Amino acid sequence: MRRFPLTQLLGPVLLLVAVGVAGTFFPRAIEIYFRNSLIMVAIVGALYVFVGNSGVVSFGQVSFVAVGAFAAGVTTVPADVKPAALPDAFAIIRDHSIGSFESLLLAAALGGLFAFLVGMPLMRLSGLAAGIATFAVLEITHNILRYWTKIGPGAGLVSLVPETTGLLQATMGAIAVVAIAFAYQRSRLGRLLRATREDPAAAQAIGIDIHRQRLWAFTLSGALSGLAGGMLVHMYGSISTEQVYLELAFLTLAMLVVGGASSLFGAVIGALSVSGLDAFLGQAEEGVNVGFKLDLPTGTRLVVVGTLMAAVLILRPSGITGGRELSLRLRRRTTGKATA
Amino acid sequence: MSTLVASFDAQTLVDAVGLGAVYALMAVGIGLVFGVLRLVNFAYGQLVMAGAYTLALTSSWPLAAGIAMCFVVVVALSLAMERLVFRPLRTQSPAVMLVATFAIAFLLQSIALLKFGALGKPASSLASLNQAVSFAGMDIRKVTIVAIVVAVAALGALALLLRRTSIGLHMRAAATDFHTARLLGVRANTVIAFAVLLSGLLAAAVAVMLTVQTPLVTSDFGLKETIIVLVGVVVGGIDRLGSATLGGFAIGFMIGLLGGILPTDKSVYLPSLVFALVILVLLLRPAGLFTRGRASVVDRV
Repeated sequence: MRRFPLTQLLGPVLLLVAVGVAGTFFPRAIEIYFRNSLIMVAIVGALYVFVGNSGVVSFGQVSFVAVGAFAAGVTTVPADVKPAALPDAFAIIRDHSIGSFESLLLAAALGGLFAFLVGMPLMRLSGLAAGIATFAVLEITHNILRYWTKIGPGAGLVSLVPETTGLLQATMGAIAVVAIAFAYQRSRLGRLLRATREDPAAAQAIGIDIHRQRLWAFTLSGALSGLAGGMLVHMYGSISTEQVYLELAFLTLAMLVVGGASSLFGAVIGALSVSGLDAFLGQAEEGVNVGFKLDLPTGTRLVVVGTLMAAVLILRPSGITGGRELSLRLRRRTTGKATA
Repeated sequence: MSTLVASFDAQTLVDAVGLGAVYALMAVGIGLVFGVLRLVNFAYGQLVMAGAYTLALTSSWPLAAGIAMCFVVVVALSLAMERLVFRPLRTQSPAVMLVATFAIAFLLQSIALLKFGALGKPASSLASLNQAVSFAGMDIRKVTIVAIVVAVAALGALALLLRRTSIGLHMRAAATDFHTARLLGVRANTVIAFAVLLSGLLAAAVAVMLTVQTPLVTSDFGLKETIIVLVGVVVGGIDRLGSATLGGFAIGFMIGLLGGILPTDKSVYLPSLVFALVILVLLLRPAGLFTRGRASVVDRV
């Protein structure tokens, strides 16, 4: 029990299950926010694998989400409508369709491969430069997906994608990402990378290859981002390049930072709380009744989230959770039984 | 035919230098603050945006008054940003500071969207600078000449300031080693405030020139340019002001040049081409294009 802190894994997982179960009590118009929150947990969890463990900022993870979303989207549009939906696409894309589950595996594989390829040059840079250079990846991905109609719909929507990410699938996907992230951070590789985060010079001195460790995490993070992107497109049933661009990069970073970037629990808490707030504000922009009529002007959403993110960074840079994993040690001491 | 091609090339070249000049000014503005604070100001583009909105809202004023107002607003916002955001974050890691300014950038952009709407405001008081003058068979827009002249003048003045005045000496000392500089009597707040002030002045100048090229001011004004310049700064070498500036110039120059050379049906892929080139350069020279010495994965402590 002491060697394996089960609470650290079970806490977030039970939280995700609770969110999934809670979602079933709501009508479909509200339920989608629960699914969305769970997918945000998957994206932020994927982002955490790299940013949290390495301490290097990345704005590029959203591009792996985009690759995953578009890959899973264009490969699952039903075969009979495909020639009309993607008239210019390569024959292999136009003429074949695969199932939703296979498309998720494809999304994860492509996300991981893409991350590995761009990670090779970028991870050699110093931390700060690497973070900024990830913008180059984001811009390239956005530009190509937007204009190359042989691989997708270009500036239009990928639509008519089967909406197979229900609450159950979203919950399972989020749990899978969190479990993999947890397994990674407990593994030898994860510990090596965390050592480089705490003190790069010392880590190098004991023989850790910083470049290689960052590249592993970047690749794993890319694969999980791709998977999350696949779940995203199967939730909405459609996707456009603007949905997986700067605003999503901003929102997911805000979630990670608000929760606490250096713990998995922080990533989960941040994703759930900020996406919940975001959903509420989105509703409030349309007008919502909370005892009184609340009708905020369009655009308030990002102002509030931006203020929250800046305030957390200035006042409590380690986030809501203080960068700690969930621990029930206090309670355990008083009740004398293992709670998890 | 051959003369036509030659003049086209020379013209592209001049336009590319003009774009490079504007980006170089932004790179200096970002590099100055980075030098003393180790802070990459992602919200630099929103300073430019604030300047552009000021120009749009003062369109009915006399030109000089509008431009003066633009400088006042941008410098004030820049100093406020330092006081409210940079200063509390001064002890944090560069990564935290970068994310924080990213948040500020989105915050300011969202506020602008909320306040001024999505349609954009026209800033046309300087539209006359879009006229071209014919020179040696080329049609050069006046703003290109203005950009080049302003950049050369500003960079020259800055070089003099950094090398010939005591505040310049203090800034260079702080950029080399902030702690030792403080021990030797360099006043941290003064140096930082001065760097932020200069960076604000440059942002205002950039705002004036960008509104000539893009007269419709929207809330994402300056955002794309900031991303490009930041990447350019990294390509050039972020640790020194000179290499950072050259990096900013180089990426602007490349965009101008490739934009002129690419056939029209391929020009939508210009960003991909430029950023792919960036990744290639970083693969070959991870420490920066204009730096000497080896790259280190470990940030300078």
